[in-house]
Formats: sequence, C-alpha cells, structure tokens
Amino acid sequence: MSVAHRIAEQFETREQQREADSLGTWVFLATELMFFGPLFLAYFYGRTHYGEGFAVASGRTHVWLGTANTALLLTSSLTMALAVRASWIGRRGVTLLLALTAALGVAFLAVKGIEYRKEWDEALVPPFRFVFAGEHARAVEVFYWLYFLITGLHALHLTIGIGLVLWLALRARRGDFGPHYHAPVEMTGLYWHFVDVLWIFLYPLIYLLERWR
Amino acid sequence: MSYLEEGYTLRSWLTTHDHKRIAILYAIAITAFFFVGGAAATMIRLELATPQADLVQADTYNKLFTIHGVIMVWFFLIPSIPATLGNFLMPLMIGARDLAFPRLNLASWYIYVLGGLFTVATLIAGGVDTGWTFYTPYSTMFSNTNVILAAAGVFITGFSSILTGLNFIVTVHKMRAPGMTWFRLPLFVWAHYATSVILVLATPVLAMTLVLIAAERLLHVGVFDPALGGDPLLFQHLFWFYSHPAVYIMVLPAMGVASEIITCFARKRVFGYRFMAYAILGIATIGFLVWGHHMFVSGQSMYAGMVFSVLSFMVAVPSAIKVFNWTATLYKGSITFSAPMLYALGFVGLFMIGGMTGLILATLALDVHLTDTYFVVAHFHYIMVGGSVMAYLGGIHYWWPKATGRMYPEMWGRVAAIVIFVGFNLTFFPQYLLGYYGMPRRYHVYPPEFTVLNVLSSAGASILAIGYLLPIGYLAWSLFRGKKAGANPWDARGLEWTTPSPPPKDNFAVAPTVTEEPYAYSPERDAEMAGGRIAQP
Amino acid sequence: MSGGIFWLPPAASDVAARVDALFFAMVALTGTVALAITIVVLVFAVRYRRGSRADRSNAPAKKLPVEIAWTVTPLAIFLGVFVWGAAVYAGLYRPAADAMPVYVVGKQWMWKAEHANGRREIDELHLPAGQPVRLVLATQDVIHSFYVPAFRIKQDAVPGRYTTIAFTPTKAGTFALRCAEYCGTDHAHMGGRVIVMQPADFQRWLAQGAPAGTMAARGFARFRELGCSGCHDPRSSVHAPDLAGLYGRTVHLADGRSVVADESYIRDSILLPKRDVVAGFDPIMPSFQGQVGEDDLLELIAYIKSTKSESG
Repeated sequence: MSVAHRIAEQFETREQQREADSLGTWVFLATELMFFGPLFLAYFYGRTHYGEGFAVASGRTHVWLGTANTALLLTSSLTMALAVRASWIGRRGVTLLLALTAALGVAFLAVKGIEYRKEWDEALVPPFRFVFAGEHARAVEVFYWLYFLITGLHALHLTIGIGLVLWLALRARRGDFGPHYHAPVEMTGLYWHFVDVLWIFLYPLIYLLERWR
Repeated sequence: MSYLEEGYTLRSWLTTHDHKRIAILYAIAITAFFFVGGAAATMIRLELATPQADLVQADTYNKLFTIHGVIMVWFFLIPSIPATLGNFLMPLMIGARDLAFPRLNLASWYIYVLGGLFTVATLIAGGVDTGWTFYTPYSTMFSNTNVILAAAGVFITGFSSILTGLNFIVTVHKMRAPGMTWFRLPLFVWAHYATSVILVLATPVLAMTLVLIAAERLLHVGVFDPALGGDPLLFQHLFWFYSHPAVYIMVLPAMGVASEIITCFARKRVFGYRFMAYAILGIATIGFLVWGHHMFVSGQSMYAGMVFSVLSFMVAVPSAIKVFNWTATLYKGSITFSAPMLYALGFVGLFMIGGMTGLILATLALDVHLTDTYFVVAHFHYIMVGGSVMAYLGGIHYWWPKATGRMYPEMWGRVAAIVIFVGFNLTFFPQYLLGYYGMPRRYHVYPPEFTVLNVLSSAGASILAIGYLLPIGYLAWSLFRGKKAGANPWDARGLEWTTPSPPPKDNFAVAPTVTEEPYAYSPERDAEMAGGRIAQP
Repeated sequence: MSGGIFWLPPAASDVAARVDALFFAMVALTGTVALAITIVVLVFAVRYRRGSRADRSNAPAKKLPVEIAWTVTPLAIFLGVFVWGAAVYAGLYRPAADAMPVYVVGKQWMWKAEHANGRREIDELHLPAGQPVRLVLATQDVIHSFYVPAFRIKQDAVPGRYTTIAFTPTKAGTFALRCAEYCGTDHAHMGGRVIVMQPADFQRWLAQGAPAGTMAARGFARFRELGCSGCHDPRSSVHAPDLAGLYGRTVHLADGRSVVADESYIRDSILLPKRDVVAGFDPIMPSFQGQVGEDDLLELIAYIKSTKSESG
C-alpha cells in the first residue's frame, strides 16, 4: 500500500476518513464565503449610495476580457468535474484533465494580468495610480478599490487552486488515484468550483452594471 | 503509558499531534497572556483609585485599556475553554482517539502563537490606543499608534480560531463512537459544537474587516471614512457581526463546563437535557442576529434599533432556560460542594446577574442612558469574567486529576473559589452604580463624586488578583506533591472517566461502545451510600 | 450631590423621568427573579446536601409542561419590556412640533453649540426649562457621543451624517455634559456643562451675546459666497430647484423615490448632489465636499430652513 492509501491513525475506517475530509472541505468553504462577505457588503453599500457613479465605473471595465475569463473559468470547472469523475471510476486521462484545468486557470490569470495592465495605463488603480476627473471621482475610486481587492483575492485563491491541481496531476501520473482513493481530487474539485462560482457572482457585479440600466 | 510519558523532550511537545498535549500547550500560552492582560487591568484599577491622573497619563491609559481588551478577548477568552478543555476533552468525551485533523490542530496553536507574537511586538513598539473595538475613523485616520501591527495580530489569531472550529465540527460529526448518538452527547460537546459554528462563520468577517481597516489606514482608500466616500457605521455593523457572537464563543463553552460539573456533584441527571441542547443551538443561532444592539445610539435607524432590541430579548430566553434547568438539576440531588462545584455555582450566579443586566441594556431607552458607561463594563465583565473565567477555573479543577493524574489540594481550591467570587463582586458591582450615575467608560480621570465607588472597585480588584494567583501556586504544587488520582475520582459518568488518569496517547485501548444515556447518575443510590446503607464503590 | 454612595443622579428632563421609572421597574423585576433563584438554589443546596435524609424518590429528569412554562413566561415578559423601552426610545427621535433646534458640533476635544439666533458657545449649552429641544449633532473628526447623564440622553455624533435627539429639560440647574464615545487622548476631558435656565432668563441670555446676524443670516452670506444663489435663485437662467420652503417638504426624486427634506437630506444634497437628484432636473450641481466645514454647513441649512415658500 502506498502512503496515500494509509488511513490516518485517528480514524477507524477509510470511509470515515473520506467523510471527515469532505465535511472539513465544506466547512472550510463556508468560512471562505464569509471571508468575502464584508467585501460584498461594502460593494452593495457603494451601489446603493453611488448608483450612478458605480455604473459609470463599471462602464470603464473591459467587459470582453471579463467575459472571456468567465468562459475560461467555466470550461475549467467542466474539465475539473470530468477529472473528478475519471478518478472516481478509475479511467485514464485524469492527469490530462487536471493539466488542462490548470492551464485554463493560468490562462484566466494571464487575461486578468492584461486587464490589470490596461487599468494601470488608464490610471484606474487606486490609490497608486488613479486619475479620474469629473463628477463621480469618489464613487469610481471606491468601485475600483473594491474591484482590485475582490478580484485580487479571487486571483490569489485561483493561484492556490492551480498549485493544488498541478500537484494532483503529478500524483495522478504516479497512479495514486483510483476507485478506492480519490479524496484529494474530490476536495480540490470542490474548492475549484467554489472559486469558479465566486467569479460567476463577480462577473455581473463588476462588468454588467452599466448594461443593466 | 500515559500521554505525558510519550516523550520528555521539548521537541516531543512542539511536534506533537496529540490533542491532549496540544491542549496543554494552549493552556500554557493562554495563561501567559492572561497575566499580561491582567497586569494591564491592574494598572487600570490602580490609576482609577484616585480621580486625578497620577499613575499614568491619558495616552498611556488609553493604551492600557486597549491592550487589556485585545489580549483578554482574543488571546485569552476566545481560546480559553475551547482550545484547552475542549481540545483535551472532546475526543475523550465522544470516544475518539483524536480530533479529525490532528496536524491542523497543532497548526492552530502555532498560528495562535504567531498572532500572539505580533501582539507582543505591538506592546514593545509602543502599544496601540484605539480600544479593542478599532472604531473608525479614529483607528484609520487619527490614531498615531501601531494599529496595523495590532490588527495583524488579531487577524492571524483569527485563523487559529477558524481551524479549531472546523476541527471540532468535523470531529463531532464524524468521530463519535458507536452508540454515541447526538442526544447522548455531553452538553459540553453540544456547547463546543455550537461555539465552533460561530467561530467558523463569524471570524472570517472580522478578518476581512481588519484587512479593510489596515488598508484604509495605510493607503487612504476605503469604505469606512466619509471623507473617502465611506460610512463608519458600515464598520460598526461588520465589527459587531463578529464581536457579538464572539460573546457566545466565550460563554457557551462555559455553560457546557457548568452543566458537566453541576450534574456530577448533584449526582443527578441534567434537568431537561434536550431543552438544554436546543437552548445552546438557539443561543448560537439568534446570537448572529443581535449585533445591532451595540449601536442603539450610533445613528442607525430607529426601526433597526427596535428589531435588534426585540431579537436581543429573544436570545435571552434560552439563557434563562439554562439557569432554570441548572437550578432544577439540584432538586432531589445528593449535593457535595467540592471546589469545582463552588466555581460552577459561582458561574451560575454571576452569569445570572450579567444576563439580567443584559436585559436592562437590551431595553432601548435604558441603553441610551447606559451604553458606553461603566454599566456596560460591569455587564460584560459579569458575563465574560464572572461567567467564563469562573467556569474555566471550575473545569480546570474538575478535570485536573484526569489531565495530570494528581488531585489538587481541596481546601485551597475552595478558598480560591470563594476569594475570586468575593473579589469579583466587589470589583464589578460598584461599576453598575457608576454607570447609572453617568461615568463613561475609557476615562482615566473622573469627577470626585465617583471616588468612593472607584476605590471600592479597585480594592475588590486587589482581592480578585490574589484569587487568580492562588491556583497558579497550589496547582503547580499539586503536579509534584498532589495525591495520586484514580481513573474516576469524582465517580463521574462520561467516557473521559473510563480512561486511566492521565489517559494514554490513543485515549482508549478498545474503541468504546455507548449504551446508556448521558449523566446516568442516581441521587437515591448516592444518598444511601452516604448513609452507609450500601457500600462505597 | 456630595460623594455618598446612596445619592441618586439628578433627573432633569422628561426623558429622565421615563427612563428612571423603566429602570427601577426592571431592577425590581430582575432583582426579584434573581433573589428567588438564589433562594431556591440555597434551599436545594441545604436540603439535598449529601447525607441529608431528604426524600429523593422519583427525581424528575425532565418535565415538559414546566419547561414550556419557563420558556413562554420570560418571553411574554420580555416582549412587554421591549414595548415599553421602544416607546420611550421612539420619543427621542420624534420631536415636538415646536421643538427648538440647537446645532452641536463635536471635535477633538470640545463641544461647540450654535443657537438659531447665531449665539455660539463652547463646552456649554444653555437651554430653557420646559421647552422641547431638538439637537442636531455633527462632528468634524472622529465619532463623539453627546451625553448628559441628568437628562438620561446620549447620541453619537458621526462623521459624514447628522444625528438628532429630542427631549425637554424640566429643571433649572447646571448639569454635566460628557463625551461617551472614546475619541482619543483627551476623551475624558471632553465635556462641560448644560445650563438649564428659566425661559425668561434664557431669552435674556440668548439676546445678550448674540452676534450681528442669526445663523440663517450667516447661512445666506455663505449661500452667496459659495455661488449657490447663482443657480438656485428663482430668477437664475440655470434650471435648478427653488429652495424656498424646502425644509420638511416631500421631494420626488428622478429615480422614482421620494424623501422628506430634513437636515440630512439637505446636507447630502450639498455634499453628494448626484445621489438624490430631484425629478425634472439635470444632475448638474457640483459637489461641495471638502469646501464647506461642518459649521458653515449647519448655517447653510439654517438659512434654507428659514426660507418660506412663496406660494405657501
């Protein structure tokens, strides 16, 4: 039996260990959700107090880059789900699917980097480089401050996710996973989907605000 | 071989995955912080012994009450019962070999210590003067002290709380021994379960709020300062969304401890076990919805105030149920008054007074007069110090023979319990009166008409200080000279008492199977034993 | 009022009388219950001490009717207390129609007050006995809390907004004024006196130190200096709302909402004009954020309050 298959000594059965890992992941995701909570609350504060200013700011975002990123991340969730399924039924291709997932994640980060670069050039990065003349300067500043906080934190989560997925890909290549043991793939999958779902909420809040009106 | 004999090197302690050893590590660390926070409290009470500023000046005083609050809340009270007694007992009580994630448990301790180092660094760098509440815009735009360093310490230690909570939740769900159904769990476990839910859901909100505070201070961009387009009330909502449930983090485990002790020394099943469990869940749930009662005069809308007031009364109902049920547990019991019982009864009394004055503060019009005065200071000390610390000490005494294999000296235990009870009331009861007479909190000087009550309070504090020092002495003594304790010196029920004292590393030689209801005590049988009609076990 | 323990704090407002009644009712209620529980615990402790010959047969471990009774009874009592407390609380925010406005600005570490006739004072507040008062509170820096223990009232002054509180002083005399929200180094020294006078004395006092212009007059001067009149004058060529008689009116906004124009609304309209645009007008007004201090702002508002609608 390889190291990965061993049951930790505090558990009685493998099933118990798997359930504990799974529940632990869910509890962790609940914590994560609450962690983002104050940022969403601050966003809705700004939205109710500076409705028009936020719309103006949203109009300055690069909606096509954001849309492309949404597509990338949704696709990565699909490949991730397929990887989990493949590891579950012991099919080949786990490594490939995981590598693809990581690649899509990296692509997302690359697009995000391009977007940040553009915003830097447009001087929309409070407080370091922010120039916005006009009525809504204050509201736009708050919007972009929250934008960088939230998307930055999201990108950080995604980076951690990519690291985890790559590590899993290496282990999958070594043949660690099969019908009897695939918990790490499952847990990472949950995390990956959480990061994706978070983006699904961010996308309209950031990019589509103007277009609603 | 007991868990204490698994290794004697420092390394064997600092790399342990054993929940019992980690509990001891926590106990040492939080005791150290308790005395740092206590030293600050001593300075505060000394300064307030006279109306003028003679011992310290305003700025020093402001740093003293801030560091007192920060250390006592985040580095003592929040981890106190859960991370020590909870860590030690949860697996034992549910019949498990360890928590679900032992390495995570050790990581929590290191994270806690790291956060503590930041707090110590804050002290060395000259302190922080915002009050433990970090209210903006004072903390972000006006204070000249080490706000970011202090916030970093709290931020970091928050993750220790979260990981402990996560570990407990999974452990209770997945690690229970066969036959240990939910309604056979000791109330101690129920209390820690509810506490863990709060830790996991509330702490991250505080963490992010502190990030926003630090960023606003550092970069002058943010959502709290109106000059930047923000709103200070937004901060208060976020802060109290964590900090009110935090009170239940401190008091729910204390309720669990009191339930264990009272039932054992009354030799009688907890009255209304299921109601007690539901009350715990009720407190944890409604506790999330009452944060706005800290903001009745903050400028939030009058209607919001009314909603938060009525919810605050609701959360008092399960607390009242618990007090009634503890009382009813004594009925037809066979009661002895060992030190743990004295602490537990002291807890009930002080918690009751704290809770009743909490009702007064939940009453909108009364809160307008009393909030931010010494009435509030007295109220939350009754809950958090009178309540939680009393129960914590009760628990330490009760499970001391289990953890160390030695009995503490009974007489000294009782003396300390009484000294603490008397000292506590003398310290904090006068503060209720000061509050009603209109003395605001966080004042280093005060009008002369408040002198008598302040002197009384400071005198009480000196008694209280002696009370807190006593156990350090006799408990340390007992480690070497205490009478050897058997597996079950109190003849108590519960799986933790079926293991040897101190327990072996893996707790149970064979996984236990639970067949009986919790607290299967029989007062009738005990009374007959006491009367010599049947033999002692 | 010497330093005895058993002295009661002076009660010098209508609110104080109500709060004291409620407080002593609560003390009686909670005290009785606490005493009863203590007695029961002591009786049980003695009667059922180990070794006593008390009857322990059929010790109940639960009794549903009892438990339901002591769940429902406290709940009912609590709801009653809530209603009582809420009724008194609501009164603090519903000023009498003839309430006298006083504007108070907190700053580290003093209270500045300004009366409608323009008389200003620092760390003192003169009020007439028997006259309903409505305080409008603002702050120049951090949060402060205006606290008069003898009146049993307290209200935070919060940056970026106005807060209000209403009461009627009932007794002539001098009472302590304190800051109850921690505000930095000299928090403990931030305070002064509230001096309640007989109405005639108060009028004399008010007239004595009054400066050349009333608050409204000074506000009108600001109104012209800042260029407000350039647009808001009815004869102006710019299409801007007429402000005459605005205060207290219901204003319909461009986005369909409607609000009552109180001090906070007028404040926000000056500082954040884009937020609540009046229906039928273009959002062309510039923000005055950072250009007017809290004192000036209050005077501007006093001026707008003093104007009368021409039609009405």
